[in-house]
This record gives sequence, C-alpha cells and structure tokens, in this order.
Amino acid sequence: MNKKLNTKKLILKLITHLTLIIFTIIAVYPVLQVVTISLRPADRLLSTSLEIIPENATLKSYIELFTNRPFLLWVTNSAFVAFVVTLTGVVFASMAGYAFSRFNFIGKKIGLLSLLVTQMFPATMLLLPLYIMLIYLGLINSYLGIIIIYTATALPFCVWTMKGYYDTIPYSLEEAAKIDGCNQFQAFYKIILPLAAPALVITGLFSFMAAWSEYIVAAQVLQDTQLWTLPLGLKSFEANMTTEWGLYGAASFIVMIPVVILFLVLSRWLVSGLTLGSVKG
Amino acid sequence: MKKVYKNIFIAAFIGPTFLVLLAVVFYPFLYNLVISFSNMNLRHIKDWQIIGLTQYIKVFTDPTEPNFYAVFLKTVIWTFVNVFFHVVIGVFLALLLNQQIRGKSIYRTLLILPWAIPQYIVALTWRGMFNYEYGSINLVITKYLSLPAIEWLKSPTEAFIACILTNVWLGFPFMMVVALGALQSIPHELYEAAEIDGANWLHRLRHITIPLIKPVMIPAITLGIVWTFNNLNIIWLVSNGGEPSDQTHILISFVYKAAFNLYRYGYAAALSMVIFIILLFFSLFFMKKTRATESAY
Repeated sequence: MNKKLNTKKLILKLITHLTLIIFTIIAVYPVLQVVTISLRPADRLLSTSLEIIPENATLKSYIELFTNRPFLLWVTNSAFVAFVVTLTGVVFASMAGYAFSRFNFIGKKIGLLSLLVTQMFPATMLLLPLYIMLIYLGLINSYLGIIIIYTATALPFCVWTMKGYYDTIPYSLEEAAKIDGCNQFQAFYKIILPLAAPALVITGLFSFMAAWSEYIVAAQVLQDTQLWTLPLGLKSFEANMTTEWGLYGAASFIVMIPVVILFLVLSRWLVSGLTLGSVKG
Repeated sequence: MKKVYKNIFIAAFIGPTFLVLLAVVFYPFLYNLVISFSNMNLRHIKDWQIIGLTQYIKVFTDPTEPNFYAVFLKTVIWTFVNVFFHVVIGVFLALLLNQQIRGKSIYRTLLILPWAIPQYIVALTWRGMFNYEYGSINLVITKYLSLPAIEWLKSPTEAFIACILTNVWLGFPFMMVVALGALQSIPHELYEAAEIDGANWLHRLRHITIPLIKPVMIPAITLGIVWTFNNLNIIWLVSNGGEPSDQTHILISFVYKAAFNLYRYGYAAALSMVIFIILLFFSLFFMKKTRATESAY
C-alpha cells in the first residue's frame, strides 16, 4: 500500500517536472533564438538549421555594432531617459500612494478611480493630442517631453501598487513614531518607506521598463537620429528590404541583458510586491 | 494632526502625480474629445472646425476595408483568447510551482523571462520565427512533425494566429506571478483539513484554491483584458502594420493606422473615444459582476 502510494507520488513528480521543463523551453527558446542570430556569420544569416550555437559562430556583429554603428550613443540615451523616469516614477508613486493609503480627503475615491480609468485610454487617443501639444510647446526632439510621457505611463499602476502595499502596513507604526517625536513626513520616510521596499522595487522596475522598451511614442517624438533611444536604433536594422539580422540580434541581446538581470534578481520580490498590493486593491 | 497641515501634506504628496497625469493624460483626453468632433486631417491641420457627430457616424458606417464591426469582432476574439490562455497557463504553472519540488526557483526565474523582454524585441523575434523558409517554427513543423510548412505571415487567419501565439507567450508570466503570490497566502491547514475530509485534488481546486485566489486574480484579469485590448505593439510589429492587406488589425492598430499613416485625425480621435467607452463600460460591468459573486460566498 505504502509502496504503491510512493510510486504514484514519484510518477506525479516526474510529470510535474516534465511539464515545467516543456514550458521552460518554450519560454527560453525565443531568447536563445536572438543569441543564435547574433552569432551567425554574415554569409549564413538566413539559415535553415536549428542549432543554438551556429556553425562558424562569430562575434562580428557585436564588434560591428560597437565600432561602426552609433550603438553606444543609443545605449547612453536610453539609459539616461530610463534613469530619470525610474527616479521620478518611484518618488512620485511612493508619495501619492502613501497619501491615498493613509488619509481620507475629498476626491480620494475619484482620484483612485481616475487612476484606473487612465489604463483604459487607448494609446492612440493620447498619442495624437500629445504629438500636437509637443509641436506647439517645441518639445519634439527633446527628452523633456518623452520623459514626462513615460513617467505618466507607469504612474497609475505604480501608485495603485504602492497604495495597496502601504495598506498592509499597520498604522500603529506611525503612531509610535510620532510619540517618539517624528512628524508625519519623518514617520513616512524613516519608518514606512523602508518597510515598503518590495513595492518600491516593483514600482522602479515598471517605470524602468516603460522607458527602456518603448517604441511607438519614441518613433513619433524623437526624429533626430542623435537623440534615438535603443528601440528606434534597433528597428532601423529591420528597415526596408534588407534586415540586418546579425546586428539586430546582437543589439537585442545587449538590450535584454539589464532587464533580464533586473527581473531575475527581483523575481522573488515580484511575487510579494505585486500580490500584497492587489489583495486589498 | 492639524487640519491645515494635513491638507498641505496631502496636496504635496499627491500633487506631482496629478500634475503629470493632468498634462499627459487628462488634458490630451479632452483635446482628443474636441478633435473627435472636428474635421481635422492632413489638409485641415490648422484650419479645422467643429463639424458635430460626423466622425462618429463615419466610425460606424464608413465602408472601410475591413469595417468597424469586423475589426471589433476580431478585437474581442483577440482579447478573449489571449487572456484565457494567460490565466489558464499562468495559474496552471503557479499550481505546479507551489509544490515542494526541486529546482523551483530556477523554473520560476526562467518562466518569467517572456515578461522581462522588451515587447518590440519579442515581436520582431517572433516575426522572424514565423518566416516561411527560415523561421524556426516552420523548421520544427517540417523537420520534426513532417507536416507541410505554413504561410504564417501571408494569409489573414494564420497571421492573426501568429500574433496571438506571440502574445500568449508574452503574457502568461504576469498571471503566473500574481497567481503564485495568491497561492502562497493560502494557509496549508486548509488543504490538510480537506484531505482528511476525503476531498480529492479536483475538490480542493474548486472549493479552496479557486475561491481563495479569486480576489487577487479578478483585478489582475481586468487589467489584463484592458491591456490586451489596447496592445498595439504585438499586432503592429508582428503583422507589420496589419499585413496582409489590413486583415490582421484589432481596433487599436486600426486607429493607429488611420491617425499616423492615413492622417485621418478627426476620424481616429472619434474611434479612440469609442474604444475607451467600450472598455470603460466593460470594466464597470465586469468588476460589478465579479464583486457580486464575491459577496455571495
């Protein structure tokens, strides 16, 4: 009886692992595909082989990318934009979320609801008016416009995440801090903010992603090639009749690295930071 | 806390966020509303005037190819199929990962990968994988399954399926992470008690797991639906702007084309408003409906 139960458990475990392995392969394969493309020698770019490391693998595309293309410029541009957006996003969302979580005030409900409603606006609805606005304000081909737009894209979700997370931190902590002589602001950034680290991490990650991987707004706003961010540069390899697949692959791989590392490092926080927020959301 | 001080505090904390949203979201929204009642297009870009509801009537009656209703139907299919698979695969994987198995964190980490990769790279990579001659999907189909190769990007149905496959791949990790978090918060004793009462795994799934992860999943699903409905990147980049011959559009890519390739600004603004209203009513209805069932428990 006991033995039978054990074999059954063993088989179940085996099936579990098998299923997980299949899904993992599906999840990882397209990423490996990018690596494969980037390593192919120029004469074998269109290959019908399924090998991950291609025959005569070469790093030529990477060298070409850094020596003959303005790749470093795009990286710098993107890094700058993403950094500013992340910083502003985290600061704004952590503050707004705190006020929404801790106080009752007129317009609180409408404020929270309107944050949700922004998620329903189709991008095109805002893109066209924004484009016209930016022309009038002379902000086409400037980072100021695009930084504000990116910050706003991630903000509503981030504020909700922060608010939900603060809701799980008991208010008595602030009261205790106040008895010890802290004012409201000190209680916020000395006591509550450190406790909300998982949600802050999520907020930062989402703001970073919003800026690092956005293509469609950038394509309309940044027309000067000197200002191009990575997505625009990458898309230019794919232009017209001849896709420069090798360069595209190499650049994509380099673009993926920071985001993937961030995700992998933060993946444990991701689970707690996201869900605690939405339990009460 | 003194009332004045409190109000200043709130204003200082919420102010920056609302200023940004006012400039980038709410003001453009009103602007868009005005344009939707106007005749603005490439020829009337400065000298436009209000012409009433004409653009809205055009949205519903213009014999564009494909017309509004065909695109709308496609959008509904797109959203439903995508979110369905996101949730089913996501919850399924979360259930597998929520057991005591070896290598759990490695699996979890690798399964999040699709979420971590910028969407435009995902789209362009999958577009390459759907290539007729050199794409790895057709290579697998012909080499290992010995089936005829499929013209993924040349015919409307296949191209649409290609977009859906790409987006399903991209979207399941979000649901998996949310579900995983929800599952971890379910106390283990509940399952033990159920097991003692003789409940099999299906009973446990139906009566413990699903009801308890529901409050977390519902908001995530609502967001998922709205995000998928409005996902421009995948459709636009995988099908290369609606190819073949505008047959793969969903509403959002259809508007994008009207605005930025055809310069029909007034029309695009009106159609955008229609999309927004559809989503608004849907979300209100969905949230209300699910909340109603929630209180029934």
